[in-house]
Amino acid sequence: MRGMKARAAYTGVPGWLYALAVVAALVVVLPLLAIVARVNWANFLPMVTSEPALSALGLSLRTSAASTALCIVLGVPLALVLARGRFPLQGLLRSLVLLPLVLPPVVGGIALLYTFGRQGLLGGALEVLGLQIAFSTTAVVLAQTFVALPFLVVSLEGALRTGGSRYEAVAATLGAPPRVVFRRVTLPLILPGLASGAVLAFARSLGEFGATLTFAGSLQGVTRTLPLEIYLQRETDPDAAVALSLVLVAVAVAVVALAYGRPAGGRTAGQVSGKRTTAPAPAGGNVP
Amino acid sequence: MTFSFQAAVAGRGFDVALTVGPEETLAVMGPNGAGKSTLLASIAGLLKPDSGRAELDGRTLFHLDPKQHAWVPPHHRGTVLLAQEPLLFPHLTALENVAFGPRSGGTPKHLANSRAMHWLAEVEAADLADRRPAELSGGQAQRVAVARALAADPALLLLDEPLAALDIHSAPLLRRLLKRVLAGRQAIIVTHDVLDALMLADRVAVLEGGRIVEAGPTRTVLERPRSSFAAGLAGLNFVPGTMTGTGIRAGRGREISGHLEEPGDAGGNNRPGVAVFPPSAVSVFLTDAHGSPRNSFPVSITDLEPHGDLIRVRAGGLAADITPAASADLGLVPGMTVHFVVKAAAVSVYGT
Amino acid sequence: MLAAAALTLGLAGCAGNASPGDDTGEGTLTVFAAASLTSSFSELAEMFEAQHPGTDVTVSFAGSSDLATQISQGAPADVFASADTRNMDKLGDAGLLQGEPRIFATNTLAIAVPTGNPAGINSFADLARAGTRLVTCARQVPCGAAAAALSQQHGTGLSPVSEENSVTDVLGKVISGEADAGLVYVTDVRSAGDRVESVPFPEAAGAVNTYPIAVLAGSRNTTTAGAFMDLVAGPEGRQVLAQAGFGPATQ
Repeated sequence: MRGMKARAAYTGVPGWLYALAVVAALVVVLPLLAIVARVNWANFLPMVTSEPALSALGLSLRTSAASTALCIVLGVPLALVLARGRFPLQGLLRSLVLLPLVLPPVVGGIALLYTFGRQGLLGGALEVLGLQIAFSTTAVVLAQTFVALPFLVVSLEGALRTGGSRYEAVAATLGAPPRVVFRRVTLPLILPGLASGAVLAFARSLGEFGATLTFAGSLQGVTRTLPLEIYLQRETDPDAAVALSLVLVAVAVAVVALAYGRPAGGRTAGQVSGKRTTAPAPAGGNVP
Repeated sequence: MTFSFQAAVAGRGFDVALTVGPEETLAVMGPNGAGKSTLLASIAGLLKPDSGRAELDGRTLFHLDPKQHAWVPPHHRGTVLLAQEPLLFPHLTALENVAFGPRSGGTPKHLANSRAMHWLAEVEAADLADRRPAELSGGQAQRVAVARALAADPALLLLDEPLAALDIHSAPLLRRLLKRVLAGRQAIIVTHDVLDALMLADRVAVLEGGRIVEAGPTRTVLERPRSSFAAGLAGLNFVPGTMTGTGIRAGRGREISGHLEEPGDAGGNNRPGVAVFPPSAVSVFLTDAHGSPRNSFPVSITDLEPHGDLIRVRAGGLAADITPAASADLGLVPGMTVHFVVKAAAVSVYGT
Repeated sequence: MLAAAALTLGLAGCAGNASPGDDTGEGTLTVFAAASLTSSFSELAEMFEAQHPGTDVTVSFAGSSDLATQISQGAPADVFASADTRNMDKLGDAGLLQGEPRIFATNTLAIAVPTGNPAGINSFADLARAGTRLVTCARQVPCGAAAAALSQQHGTGLSPVSEENSVTDVLGKVISGEADAGLVYVTDVRSAGDRVESVPFPEAAGAVNTYPIAVLAGSRNTTTAGAFMDLVAGPEGRQVLAQAGFGPATQ
C-alpha cells in the first residue's frame, strides 16, 4: 500500500493549498531555526555541560522516566476501563481525564497545590504519614504525570477502540480467563499504541514547566528541571538559555521521531480500519 | 449430552429456544439482522440475555429469571467460537495460536504444543506452524483457526459463517475439512449458504425477526419449506394463504390449486397453509390462458436476470425460469404485464 | 479607570499630534518599569497625565531583565525604570541610554510569613533553623542576589527549599502556606496586604537594592521623558514611592 502511494500521480490536493501548507510549516519550523541561528557555538559546549545544566538535564530525564512509568501503570488500566468498560458517567470521566490537555499548566499547578500541598485536600493526611510532597522531586513527578497522563490514555484508548475487543472475545471462548486474556492478548496487541503513547508522555513530561514551577518550586538537583533552568538562565545569561533550549529541542526531535518516524504499518494497533482485517498491524509486520 | 437453550433479549426482539443433540450439527439460517449473531453471542457468553436458561451436558451456562441469576463466564463454558474472520492473534505464530486454548486451560507448554501440532496436522497445516498470521493466506488462516478452535476441546463448537470470507477456491477445501471434523461433534453453524446446510448440518433452524420460524431435518426443510426464507434457500416459489380443499387462497383474491401433500387437508379447513412450486414449472404468456387444471396470475414484471442457461422472470413476488429464446419471442421487459401459468400438478400444498 | 483615562487621552493625543516625532511635551510616553513598581508608577503616570494635559503615559510592567532584553531587541520605549543597576548598566554598556541613570528609590528585604506565623519565625537566624521551609529568589534575580549576600555576610547558611524566579513566585508560596517563610522586598509584603505577615530584621540593611531610571536612546520625546523622570525623582514621586514601602534614594 505504501508503494502504491509513492507511485500515485494524482494527489487531489489543489496547488494553492501547498502555499498555505508551506506557511503552516514555517510557523512551526522557523522559530526552531531561529534558536539554532542564535546559538553561541563558541561557548556551546561549556554552557550545556555546566554543573547546573547537567544537573537539570539529569533531573529532567529521571523525573520524566518516573512519570512515564507512572503514566503506564495508571494509564493502561484507565484507558482499558474507558474503552471497554461500561459504567455510569463514563463520558464525563473521559472528558475530565483529558482536561489537562487543554488546561493551562499553571492551572494544573494550582490544582495540584490545593490537592497535595500543606493546606491541600490530601495535605493533612500526607503530613500525618510524614510525606511532604511540595518542594520535592515527587512533586515534579506528580506535576509531569498530571499533564502527561492524558497523552498516554488518548493514544491507548484510540488503539483499543479501533482494534475492538474481538480478539479478546475469541480468547475468552478458547478458555482464557480475563487475566490471561489481558496478559497474552490485550497487552501484546496494544503494545505499539502503548509505546507511542509512552514516548509522547515522556516528551510531555520533559517539557513540563508551568505546573512544576507553580507546584514543585525550583531548586537545583531537586526540582529545577531543564525547562525551569532555561527560564532562570534567561534572567542573566540568554546565551546559556538558548544553548539549553537547543538541547531540549534536540531531545524532543529524537522523541517525536521515535514515536512517529516508524513505518506506518506498526504505528498503533488501531491504525488498521475496516471490517475484514485479519490482524491489527500486519502490513509492516513489525509487531513486537 | 444435549444442549438446550432458551433466551430472550427484549431490546433486539430476540426470543429463541432450541436444542442440539449429542453429535448433532445444527445449521442456523436466516436473513441479516434475524438474530443469528445474538444467538451465538449469548451461547458463548459474550452477551447476557434478559432472561432464559441454557444447559450443556447437564451444566448450566446461564439461568436468568427474576428469581435466579446464574451466569457462567465465557472461559468456563466450553463453547468455542469460530468466526467468519480467522482472528488469529497476530503476535503469535500459528502453533502458538493453536496452543492458546490448551495453555489457557493450564496444560504445560510442551504438551499444549504437541496437541497444537496434532490439530495443525489434522487441518493439513502442519507446515505453517512457525508462520505468523500476517504470512498466511485467508484460507490457510481459517484452517489454523479451525485447528485452534478444536484444540480447545470444545463441548459445543460455534461457527459463525466460517466460509463467508473465503475466496471460491479456498471455500470448498475448508468445507470438506469442516465436514470431516464436525462428524460426531456437537456444533451450531450459522450460514447463508444452503450448501453448508446440506453438507455439514443434520438439522436446520430458520431464524427470522429474532424467532425460529422453522426447524427440522435439512432435507425436509429444503423440500417442504414452511417459511419464505427457507423457500428462497431452496429456490422455490412460496405463496402463503389458507387451505381451501383444492389448494390455497392467498392475498389479493389469488387462488392456487395444487397437489395436497397431506390427505387430511382435503376438507378445506381454512388452516394456514402454503403453495410451493419451482420457477421451472412456471410458464409465461402474454394473454390469459385459461384451462383447468392450470393456475394463471396476471403479474407485472419487476426484473429479468440470467439464471444459469435460463432467464429468471420476477413478477408479483414470484419467479419463472424460461429460455432466452422464449423471452425474446415474448419481448419481455420490466413493467410489462404478463400471465404466469403453472400446472396444478406442479404445485405442492401443505399446512404450516 | 486608568485604562479608560489613557484611552481618552490617547485619542486626544492622536488628534492633536499627527506626527509622533515632534518634541513638544505632548504626545505619548512609553515607560518600561520593573514589576515591583506597578502600583506606584501607575499612580505617578496618572499624576503626570493630570499635570501635562494631552500627554498619554503608557507603562509596561515586567521583570527588569525581560524589559532590558526587550529594549535591546528594539522595543520602542522612552523611559526605563529598573529594579537593579545590573540591567541598567547592561543597556548603558550597549549605548542604549541618553545621559546617566538616576537612582530614585531603594528597596530592602523583609521576611514574609504566612498569616499567624505558624513556624514561629522571629529573626533572620530563625530562617536557618533545621526544618524551616524557606523560599527565596534564585541568585540570578536581584532579590535572590540580595538574599545570598545577606546569608554570606552573617554566615547564616540559608538552605531554601526552592529558589524562585521572581518575588511574586516567592510570595505566592508564602501566601498558600507551602513555605514557612520567604525573603522578599518590603514593598512586596506591603502590597500583599494582610495575606502575609512581615518579620522585620535589622540585617536587611546590609543588602539594599537601588532602583535607577533613565531616558532611552531611542526616545523621540526626550523632553517629556525628562519631565516624567523629574516627577519620579522629585518630592511627589518620593511620597508615592514611600507609601509603597520604598526607601529614599541614598546616592
